[in-house]
Amino acid sequence: MMSAYLDFIRIRFLTMLAYRVNYYSGIVIYAINIGAYYFLWKAIYGDQDTLAGFSLAQMTTYIAVSWMARAFYFNNLDREIANDIRDGSVAIQFIRPYSYLLVKMMQGFGEGLFRLLLFMVPGLLVVCLVFPVSLPADPAVWLVYAVMLVFSFLINSQINILTGLFAFFVENNEGMMRMKRVMVDLFSGVAVPIAFFPGWLESTMQWLPFQAITYLPSAVFTGRTPLSEAAGVVLLQAVWFIVLIVPILVIWRSARKRLFVQGG
Amino acid sequence: MLAIDVKDLRKQFKVQKNREGLSGALRDLFKREYTDVTAVKDISFQIPQGEICGYIGENGAGKSTTIKMLTGILVPTSGQIRVNGYIPYKDREKFVSGIGVVFGQRSQLWWDIGVIESFQLLRKVYRVSEHDFRKRLDNLVERLDLGDLLNRPVRKLSLGQRMRCELVASLLHNPSILFLDEPTIGLDIVVKTAIRDFLKEMNKEQGTTILLTTHDLQDIEALCSRVIMLDDGRIIYDGGLEELKSNWSKGREIQFQFASQTSLARLKSLTDPLEVVWTVENELTAKMWLPYEVNVSDALARVVGGAEIRDIKIFETNTDEIVREIYQSGTSAAAAAKETSQP
Repeated sequence: MMSAYLDFIRIRFLTMLAYRVNYYSGIVIYAINIGAYYFLWKAIYGDQDTLAGFSLAQMTTYIAVSWMARAFYFNNLDREIANDIRDGSVAIQFIRPYSYLLVKMMQGFGEGLFRLLLFMVPGLLVVCLVFPVSLPADPAVWLVYAVMLVFSFLINSQINILTGLFAFFVENNEGMMRMKRVMVDLFSGVAVPIAFFPGWLESTMQWLPFQAITYLPSAVFTGRTPLSEAAGVVLLQAVWFIVLIVPILVIWRSARKRLFVQGG
Repeated sequence: MLAIDVKDLRKQFKVQKNREGLSGALRDLFKREYTDVTAVKDISFQIPQGEICGYIGENGAGKSTTIKMLTGILVPTSGQIRVNGYIPYKDREKFVSGIGVVFGQRSQLWWDIGVIESFQLLRKVYRVSEHDFRKRLDNLVERLDLGDLLNRPVRKLSLGQRMRCELVASLLHNPSILFLDEPTIGLDIVVKTAIRDFLKEMNKEQGTTILLTTHDLQDIEALCSRVIMLDDGRIIYDGGLEELKSNWSKGREIQFQFASQTSLARLKSLTDPLEVVWTVENELTAKMWLPYEVNVSDALARVVGGAEIRDIKIFETNTDEIVREIYQSGTSAAAAAKETSQP
């Protein structure tokens, strides 16, 4: 059975590979985004050395790494699930002896691996050549970051799955999916590091899973959070991963009962 | 042992009401109104192992809803179901390993990958050993003539090719019950026949129980020993196909073409004591309807003896007509009652 799940990763990876040309433009778009943020922050810093504890060099690295991490963990599981529910093909998923959500997660991971190898790695190389990004020298940081990146993927995918499953309860959750995308980009700290948020919002963020997607891992990677405290970050990510399983299962169970297969 | 045992099965849906106009839309925003729609109304039936049973009814009669409850996709509102000894919506993963399902209107193959890769994936999902898989696949490929399709991506298959692949996909794990929801929809007669022949053979050799819904009554005639007919969520007929036909077709019609004009009165007088009904179509043609009680040769002899005849045609009511009549009248019981009241 496990080999079937692994196959879903492999097949999604190969399917993405077949459409790889679509993604070359993505690398350019990400590079432009990073460039725009870099010049924006440079203007904001002016002659100040640090803002909210970030030096300009740290900020540049933070932006580059956050966007590249986003290239890995980003996926469209919410849209895929919502479409399956809306057109009724989710019914087919119930006649197979596997867990639909786990299959989706595997497919998302296949996509993530593709993005990591053909998007994130070459993208990071390009960004390092163009902008003054300083990568950490300690291999331990890289290793810890790799673990955190996996959790980033898991938590982001869980949020996507939750959003997608709402299609069971509302006729059209397009608006919700857009809102989620903006919220994740903003609150995870891709657009603005959470340290820049007003006090009340920053403390609210402590209680939400979003910062565990980008902000906390990137802070470790850029050296703002010392490696000695990285274990705490990984632990927090793990806790969020486990906590988010609960609402997913609750929604999935209740959705089973009210499943109404569209189109007869 | 019973393959399918259903008792007082009911499914109710809550359907959102959309009120009209802008004010209606605004009110919908705050207070939704729902109407209850009962798609399946307390039906009971049992299907023994090895039977091919046809499940027919008009669009919206509740066929697909029943199939979806039997396959564990939908949870019933009330009633009991046992399929293969399992309650479908509980123990779902164990239960679905023993059934095969084909939805004519939905593909269960993966769109982007090759047919053989889809099959390989299903082999892993259903945990079929490589040896059994090879054996079954070779057999199915040969019988359904799929040889050169296996390496094509699913999206490049024609409907007929795809449907044959769907059948293979639903049979790779050797299920003991096969559910087919309109398996021949949109297919040409060659593919239809191939699929029918295949299903029949499989039923005979392996004893696979098959429940199929269809709008094509030729499917039923070719395959099913038993028919369950549904109307508005209720079972209106459950029994043999031959029985249905003989109960329902009340008689046959004979059309005569005469050499010269023959009046209605004259025709009536020819067949006088017999319970036949004449209708004149034009000057030279007339139709005689005779119930099964009346002997055909007897009636024919009287007409032939009394008038010069150019041509004779005999019309037997076919299943299509019978079923159409039942759908229109609503219940088979009412129609059957009408029939028995006829002398």
